[in-house]
Amino acid sequence: MVNSNKPRKIHLSANPTPEALADLIIGDIVYLDGTVYTAREGIYKRVLEDGIAMPLDLPAKSAANFHCSPAATQHDDGSFDLGAVTATASFRFSKWIGPWLAESGAKLIIGKGGMSAQDYRDHFVPHGAIYLTTVGYGTGALLGRGVKQVCDLHWKNELGLAQAMWVLDVENFGPFIVESDLEGNSLFERENARIAASLDKVYEGTRPAVLKRFGETDDRSDELI
Amino acid sequence: MINIDVIQKTAESLMKKAAIEIPDDYLSGLQKAADDEDGDLSSFVLEAMLENYAAAKEDSRAMCGDTGCPRWYVKMGNETRIDGGPIALETALRRATANATQSVPLRPNRVHPLWRTDHDNNVGIGAPEIEYGFEPDGDWIDLVTVHKGGLFGTDYRMLFPSDGIEGIKRFYLDSLVAFGKRGLACQPAIIGIGLGGSKDSCMVLGKRAACLRMVGDRNPDPKIATLEDEFKELGNNIGMGAMGFVGKSMVIDCNIEVGYCHTGGMQMSVHAFCLSSRRAVARIYGDGRVTYRTDPAWFTDYQRRETVEW
Repeated sequence: MVNSNKPRKIHLSANPTPEALADLIIGDIVYLDGTVYTAREGIYKRVLEDGIAMPLDLPAKSAANFHCSPAATQHDDGSFDLGAVTATASFRFSKWIGPWLAESGAKLIIGKGGMSAQDYRDHFVPHGAIYLTTVGYGTGALLGRGVKQVCDLHWKNELGLAQAMWVLDVENFGPFIVESDLEGNSLFERENARIAASLDKVYEGTRPAVLKRFGETDDRSDELI
Repeated sequence: MINIDVIQKTAESLMKKAAIEIPDDYLSGLQKAADDEDGDLSSFVLEAMLENYAAAKEDSRAMCGDTGCPRWYVKMGNETRIDGGPIALETALRRATANATQSVPLRPNRVHPLWRTDHDNNVGIGAPEIEYGFEPDGDWIDLVTVHKGGLFGTDYRMLFPSDGIEGIKRFYLDSLVAFGKRGLACQPAIIGIGLGGSKDSCMVLGKRAACLRMVGDRNPDPKIATLEDEFKELGNNIGMGAMGFVGKSMVIDCNIEVGYCHTGGMQMSVHAFCLSSRRAVARIYGDGRVTYRTDPAWFTDYQRRETVEW
């Protein structure tokens, strides 16, 4: 079941053209150049539910939304000390992702673990967006190296350092892996299906618990997200 | 008498070491997994992680952007006396956690569960956790910090004697497969299993099995040691590797700890200590000497004591 081809390595702009996105195939390794911003539940709730205006011009400034809180601090003089950067699991943001893609014009969603193929088909494909997953997880020090400077920190007082919007200038920022393409295919779901095929054999010699749980399944292709 | 300033200074330095330096035992385990892995995507991920550990050390920056939830395990000899007593000790550990969050920097992960209040320093109600152990001899204090990831890879289940080893294997596989998909558990990981005790102590045992034992060491009960070997192999034969890609690297090692439980039950917990297995240890002696290491050496005969008089 091992692929014979090594993954391709590709440089991509954080404001990519539709053509550049169309060239990507799931499993490609990507490094980003340009500007990315962090936004997760705190920002989504504030913009999409509380209706507060975006603190910057999107997608003109950036089309790359990183599901991330950096290991970073802001000094009293306003300067930043940013160490490692790693993504947080994206499936938790499913309920906001459609409206967010519409509102922000994001073309790249970067995070941990991807979202469901259903989310890709329903929300990503209509907006011409794809999902990039971080590697590992996580290569926080390598990603930290790719951050050239912190441009802005929005809503620090309102949301705290972890949920605030960090705007980052990046260069050779990666590695990331292309998890979804413009057609909504998911690399994780492809790999899950390949692994599920042989799981029954792995489970031989085990038995289900005598005390069951509500909703329990023995379907090995099932997922938690 | 152990000086309280030495405790705080040592604790701050441990916070930094844990966040930045991958422990050698885990690194060797991951290197071996990378050598054995033949899935292309899984191999790429493991090579990237090895590169990442080197970058963290070289740049003196945290290995992972999610620097986990810092916690403390404190062990003292029976003769240990601390300047200012246990309250001063806890204050020093809380201050060290807050200071290091700013200075390393770490991600300020800890928030109020309902109001999401973030003091931006990883300190708050019940945080960081501080747990204690004691040893019959000695006038030293061991400080162990663990910065464990907090969201995925851990589960608990009440099993029963009739579930047997087959039931234990089933819940172990269920946990690895469920949280391994998409790499939510940040595998390959050190997997800790707690068996027995009560629900709370079963969780504590499993977490300590994952976080406080070294890759390669074995439970002193030879039959449990055999299970540890068997479970490591079982996990690596699922067909899943790093990030849930096709591969064979799920488990760097499997450690099992047990506690006596209710005669009708067989509690089980499973814990995954992630790709950035952050732990750092120091011993401070009464005369002010400080020695650093990565082995918590937590599970001594005294910690596992089995009889009325240990």
